[in-house]
Amino acid sequence: MTAVPDAKPMIEIRDVHKYYGDYHALRGINAVINAGEFFSLLGPSGCGKTTLLRTIAGFEDISSGAILIDGKDMHEVPANRRPTNMVFQSYAIFPHLTVEQNVGFGLRKDPRSPAEKAKAVAEALAMVGLTGFGTRAAHALSGGQRQRVALARALILKPKVLLLDEPLSALDKKMRETMQEELIKLQRQVGITFILVTHDQEEALVMSDRIAVMFEGEIAQLDDPETLYRRPNSRRVAEFIGVMNFVPGKVLSETAGRIELDVQGLGRCQIAPAQAPAGGRATGEISVGFRPETLTILYEGQAASDRECMGTIAEVVYFGDMTYYDVKLDGVDRPVRLSMRNVPGRPVLDLGVRTRIAWSPGALVLFR
Amino acid sequence: MKFPWLRVYSWLYLVFLFAPVFLLPLFAFNAGTVIAFPLQGFSLKWFAALLDNESLHEAVRNSLTIAITVSVVSTTLGIFAARAATRYDFRGKGPMIGLIMLPLVMPEVILAVALLVVFLQIALPLGMLAIILGHILVCTPFCIAILNGAFLSLDKSLEEAAYDLGETRISTFRLIILPLVMPGIISSLLIAFIISLDEFIMAFFVGGTTVTLPIYIFSQLRFPAGLPVIMALGTILVCLSILLLSIAEYVRRRGVARTGAKDTGGFL
Ligand SMILES: Nc1ncnc2c1ncn2[C@@H]1O[C@H](COP(=O)(O)OP(=O)(O)OP(=O)(O)O)[C@@H](O)[C@H]1O
Ligand SMILES: [Mg+2]
Repeated sequence: MTAVPDAKPMIEIRDVHKYYGDYHALRGINAVINAGEFFSLLGPSGCGKTTLLRTIAGFEDISSGAILIDGKDMHEVPANRRPTNMVFQSYAIFPHLTVEQNVGFGLRKDPRSPAEKAKAVAEALAMVGLTGFGTRAAHALSGGQRQRVALARALILKPKVLLLDEPLSALDKKMRETMQEELIKLQRQVGITFILVTHDQEEALVMSDRIAVMFEGEIAQLDDPETLYRRPNSRRVAEFIGVMNFVPGKVLSETAGRIELDVQGLGRCQIAPAQAPAGGRATGEISVGFRPETLTILYEGQAASDRECMGTIAEVVYFGDMTYYDVKLDGVDRPVRLSMRNVPGRPVLDLGVRTRIAWSPGALVLFR
Repeated sequence: MKFPWLRVYSWLYLVFLFAPVFLLPLFAFNAGTVIAFPLQGFSLKWFAALLDNESLHEAVRNSLTIAITVSVVSTTLGIFAARAATRYDFRGKGPMIGLIMLPLVMPEVILAVALLVVFLQIALPLGMLAIILGHILVCTPFCIAILNGAFLSLDKSLEEAAYDLGETRISTFRLIILPLVMPGIISSLLIAFIISLDEFIMAFFVGGTTVTLPIYIFSQLRFPAGLPVIMALGTILVCLSILLLSIAEYVRRRGVARTGAKDTGGFL
């Protein structure tokens, strides 16, 4: 998660709407994607991620709005003349060609000599770790290898933007994790702007500089992974990314620097305005969220924390390195989820055990 | 053991199917003039008779000209139709495809009579061109059916990938789509060729004085003395069909192997 050195805009998406007949697939998308950025579009199935990616690639026309790439309006510029290349979900490797022919496909009209082109192909293959596979028939490749061929084939043209539509979803878990790391490395190495579509929040958090979370054709939040995780601006985003507990609460007073809350089960506390990312003044009944790892079980003899409450263990899920508990906090109707790292001297608690739980006002997020 | 009904049925079926085909060469190489057992001894004279029969040669020339033209035109039309049916959405697509496929299920006699009426109305001379038009009508639905399968199995993102990599729509068609549907195109060419080659009704109705191979064969049935020659001709045609089908199947399998797709059956 490196900060982008010079924030030069590469893609500007201005109030883009897209209709399929009567269906409103994109509802006013606004975003600026910087040069050299690893940008992800994250959202549930059918929210319009692919549609947005395809409008950037030029495979779909937009109904209104504008898309600029490197300062140039892409209106009327067809896909084959845009400075973008795409890695398809199915990889779209040409089955009747060899690996070399696939990778070199985009160089057909390149004025360079055949020897230079062959060198470029060899370099592209080396970049994705497929040296020696050049003469292999494309259909005789594994999923991960196809993925690499698709990458090499797109990157050999040195596009300004590489578009990837769920490129890892067809791979098994192990392979997916390997490819995630390789993609990050590759992106740093070539410095090209990557736009990745995914519905896997973990993948988006791991790989991206910034993430746009989409629901129903709209961007709900656009932030870097940490902000997105720690300060989601709506319950919906919070629930989509990781797990978040919600308990009801009340705003007692709100001043410029402090918001005073009364949270069910936790009691009175003060939070900073940044902890209400949706902005605006909150009054009356609100909802307060916190992540499972921000609660800590206090074992016997552990020093009292400044903030603690009592709860009863209602469910235990053991994960090896972690244990997840559902805890019924005193004064809260629904159990909350709590996670503890399993370290020596920290036994896994049994069902029904009563325990002290520490929490911190800094971990709370206010939703209205 | 139970009486093997199924096996007996299979054998009877095969005998019924292939006995006539095996009888062809039997009598084609038989010295006797009458098509009857016992055989009279080996002879090649009926084949020799094929060589200097000018009216037969003309019928063969006509049939080949028609069949080749028809297979090329029908397949080309089939490519357009299959491409449109699988890739584009337009109003009235369903009914339109349905109408194109109609000749597949219409009695050919009706089709032939209707076509004859039309041709007479527009004063199109009966003959070679009329037969070609008629055969195109008959063959195109078969070509569309075959090519539809080929186009359907084509992943749309392959085209988009080629386009994305800087090709035009036309060069994408040439470089990606055409090679991948080639097995389907060859099947289509072949099926249309074979259908046209042995089509009788249409040629009989709209052919005027033009004689095609099936019409020639039919006309020879009136002369018992000519029958062994027909047998020899039939033998050659059967061998030719087997050869063509084998070539088509070979091409198809090679295509399947080359693209690594799963073999979902073909002719053989
Ligand atoms: N060609 C089309 N015609 C009509 N509707 C379409 C078309 N393409 C997509 N849609 C609709 O637009 C919406 C967004 O589709 P899109 O493919 O962008 O979703 P997505 O976010 O990529 O989902 P997934 O994660 O399932 O791939 C969906 O409801 C889909 O049904
Ligand atoms: Mg999608």
